[in-house]
Amino acid sequence: MTSVQTVIENVSRRGFLKGVLATGGLVLAAEFVPARAALAAYATGADKMPHGVKSDPHLFVSIAPDGIVTIVAIRSEMGTGSRTSLPMIVADELEADWSRVRVVQAPGDEEKYGNQDTDGSRSLRHHIQPMRQCGAATRQMLETAAAKRWGVDPGEVRAQNHEVVHKASGRKLGYGELAADASALPTPPADQIKLKDPAAFRYIGKGTTPIVDLFDITTGRATYGVDAKLPGMKYAVVARPPVFGGKVVSFDASAAMKVPGVEKVVTIEGTPAPAKFQPLGGVAVIARNTWAAIKGREALNPTWDDGPNGSYDSAAFKAQIEETARRPGKVVRNDGDAEKALASAAKVVSAEYYIPHSAHATMEPPSATVRIVDGKCEAWACVQSPGNTREELAKKLGLKEEDVTVHVTLLGGGFGRKSKCDFVLEAAVLSKAMNGAPVKVIWTREDDLQNAYYHTVSAERIDAGLDANGKVIAWRHRSVAPTILSIFKPDQTHEAPFELGMGLVDVPFDIPNLRCENGEAEAHTRIGWFRSVYNIPHGFAVQSFAAELAKATERDPKAVLLELIGPPRIVDPRKSPEVADFWNYGDPFETYPIDTARLRRVVELVAEKADWGRKLPARHGLGIAVHRSFLTYVATVVEAVVDDKGHLTVPRVDTAIDCGFAANPERIRSQIEGAAVMGMSLALYGEISFKKGRVQQSNYDSYRVLRIDESPPVTDVHIVPNGIDVPSSGVGEPGLPPFAPALCNAIFAATGKRIRRLPIGDQLAA
Amino acid sequence: MVKLQVNGQTQSFDGDPSMPLLWYLRDELGLTGTKFGCGVALCGACTVHIDGEASRACAIAISDVAGRSVTTIEGLDRDGNHPVQKAWRALNVPQCGYCQAGQIMQAAALLATTKNPSEAEINDAMSGNICRCGCYQRITAAIKAAATGA
Repeated sequence: MTSVQTVIENVSRRGFLKGVLATGGLVLAAEFVPARAALAAYATGADKMPHGVKSDPHLFVSIAPDGIVTIVAIRSEMGTGSRTSLPMIVADELEADWSRVRVVQAPGDEEKYGNQDTDGSRSLRHHIQPMRQCGAATRQMLETAAAKRWGVDPGEVRAQNHEVVHKASGRKLGYGELAADASALPTPPADQIKLKDPAAFRYIGKGTTPIVDLFDITTGRATYGVDAKLPGMKYAVVARPPVFGGKVVSFDASAAMKVPGVEKVVTIEGTPAPAKFQPLGGVAVIARNTWAAIKGREALNPTWDDGPNGSYDSAAFKAQIEETARRPGKVVRNDGDAEKALASAAKVVSAEYYIPHSAHATMEPPSATVRIVDGKCEAWACVQSPGNTREELAKKLGLKEEDVTVHVTLLGGGFGRKSKCDFVLEAAVLSKAMNGAPVKVIWTREDDLQNAYYHTVSAERIDAGLDANGKVIAWRHRSVAPTILSIFKPDQTHEAPFELGMGLVDVPFDIPNLRCENGEAEAHTRIGWFRSVYNIPHGFAVQSFAAELAKATERDPKAVLLELIGPPRIVDPRKSPEVADFWNYGDPFETYPIDTARLRRVVELVAEKADWGRKLPARHGLGIAVHRSFLTYVATVVEAVVDDKGHLTVPRVDTAIDCGFAANPERIRSQIEGAAVMGMSLALYGEISFKKGRVQQSNYDSYRVLRIDESPPVTDVHIVPNGIDVPSSGVGEPGLPPFAPALCNAIFAATGKRIRRLPIGDQLAA
Repeated sequence: MVKLQVNGQTQSFDGDPSMPLLWYLRDELGLTGTKFGCGVALCGACTVHIDGEASRACAIAISDVAGRSVTTIEGLDRDGNHPVQKAWRALNVPQCGYCQAGQIMQAAALLATTKNPSEAEINDAMSGNICRCGCYQRITAAIKAAATGA
């Protein structure tokens, strides 16, 4: 039960809506005792996230006298559409007319709004139920207010399309007319909230609601982190140590100061590892405009002490982790006796795979503006984690959290990079150095690629034992990759449960003797989340290897894949004692089990849609891969063409996705279309390499990403239809992992050449 | 002193003549619709029209624009209803949206000279504009729709 004491509060007192509802409209405000949402049809991991999840309309909905409904978006928008989809869900349950709905972005305030950390493909899956409750509760309050006004039983009135109607008398009242009365009512307790019949949905599940920023984006009015404009604002760029953990030894501040427009040169202290999200340190040049700051930095001529990572060489590291993967590692899943079964197998098939570091290369490089006035800090930033950013800013500046406001702008891409607020902390340090004046920190593309948090680098080795009939009886997968934990704690050399749970220990295969091992690997740079994270290397290895087993037994790859998956059943990795702490993306296994029926279904669906097995011209090939990640099942078929010079093109991609109930199918399609492009970027080009600790790539010429003329002209997305009772699962990330193996399997089908090392680069050259 | 036209208005600038047009537009005029992506004409996020031609604002100095006419995304159409903008909205092209101003300016310049571009002509004209979210399939469709008025 939820206990709520409702009070009316004028909107002007509520900072987050200031300027949005300047009409003086009333908002619903409440002293809210959070309680577990009693009426959720299924449990999710939302409650276990820091600060949990909130659904009270008093936090999310306000209605102005003119009927304009304002809904607060609490997730950062980086292209997935969640800033539209979540308010759309509220609006639908509220029976609001979307054309009279406005969306405002919440600042970072997790005490108030619950968890805002926009990563892990969690926005829809954790919030569809609370947002439905929120909208439905608001609707019931408006109905109750109307019934009271008319002196009729609430059962006789009905909210529809932005007004409440009393059918018997034909009377109607608009939402604007009812807002004040409704706001004085208590929120219905969770167990009395009546959700809509899904058949009555106007927006949910339809895919007909364009993103709220569409007009602004197409007219240049949308504002991103780099677009903040404040009176008296200064512009800064930072010369950071080229080697992670390095320090500045000397620099020429006077040369920088000679550049017209440069106002100050400031040293930023680095933080010894593990430095989490702290700035890398270095020397900042603060100027009257960006160009002067860039020119000033060019004049700095810094020298560096490279520190302990000055010898990091990614080619040598590759050899090292590959060697580690050839030896036994820490056992992280153990079903049956894989060693014994391998020893007695009629045939053993082995392969090693390598995926290098890569960088997010968001189109908008990191950028933030901070000012500090009268002991209060305000930041404008493109962050995925506004709550954490606020906390870190408060710590950095020695302020209370309530004195720190983080305004969340649109994000020009996130992909995990903007989960880390190091660039906002830089702006804070520099604003402080400028006596609180607003300072915008801009990362150039070179900064972005050379001082990033990198996707891990990984060596994977799989050995499989086959019986005399070619059936796989043993599976041993060794993964060796530096862990993201290394940015949080010292001496971390093993993958964490949340990393192992991304496609390694949760491998859904029907093999009696199955063993997963994890060898040690040290991190020599900042390792961070990258869209779909460890699913990329694990999925690449597992799904490439499935096709290698097909080749080894001269069978159809799809048939072998289905045989490996086995019959429809629930796979529970926790049966192996080593996987007792199975992560399952932080969500309850009971709600989101590993269901091989669903895995099989996406394989069958994509095969049917892609016309698997169709006759192809010479040098064309089809490849298939399937992967469950972020609780969603995705299967991809890629058609690849490799000409006689080794030039690769991809004329068509088909992807089937089962993400439970599809709340906004149009944005699911766009995410999966985009995942094919990013997947192909990674497969073809994605590599950050290190020599003497320094990143060798610097811009989009040396760190290539896919362009339109290389992109698959056709990416068809096939969404498995599900009712609302099937829990919604992740969408932003799961499209990525199956792409690279499907592509490499297609290349193999076209050419007979097996790619085991990414990026493909020139490996196909004739 | 550099004089130029920006979105139909005369502007003058007496700062560093080597400043790229991009930073002049963004920092001096506050026209932030033109985006920074790479700084070296590799990504197209900063695409504007100079005398009607698609150009990378990050790689041309303000002094080289003297006496010329610059159109940014803010000035492409007063109401934001250029056929390319409308087609972009009809087909829900953007994801994060950051590169889209550059994409739209590039596409508008293409359609100004090539009324009904083939897929090859679209690829050729648009291959300098990167979209990291991967909206390419919809960009192609939207250009075709804008060309045919569909």
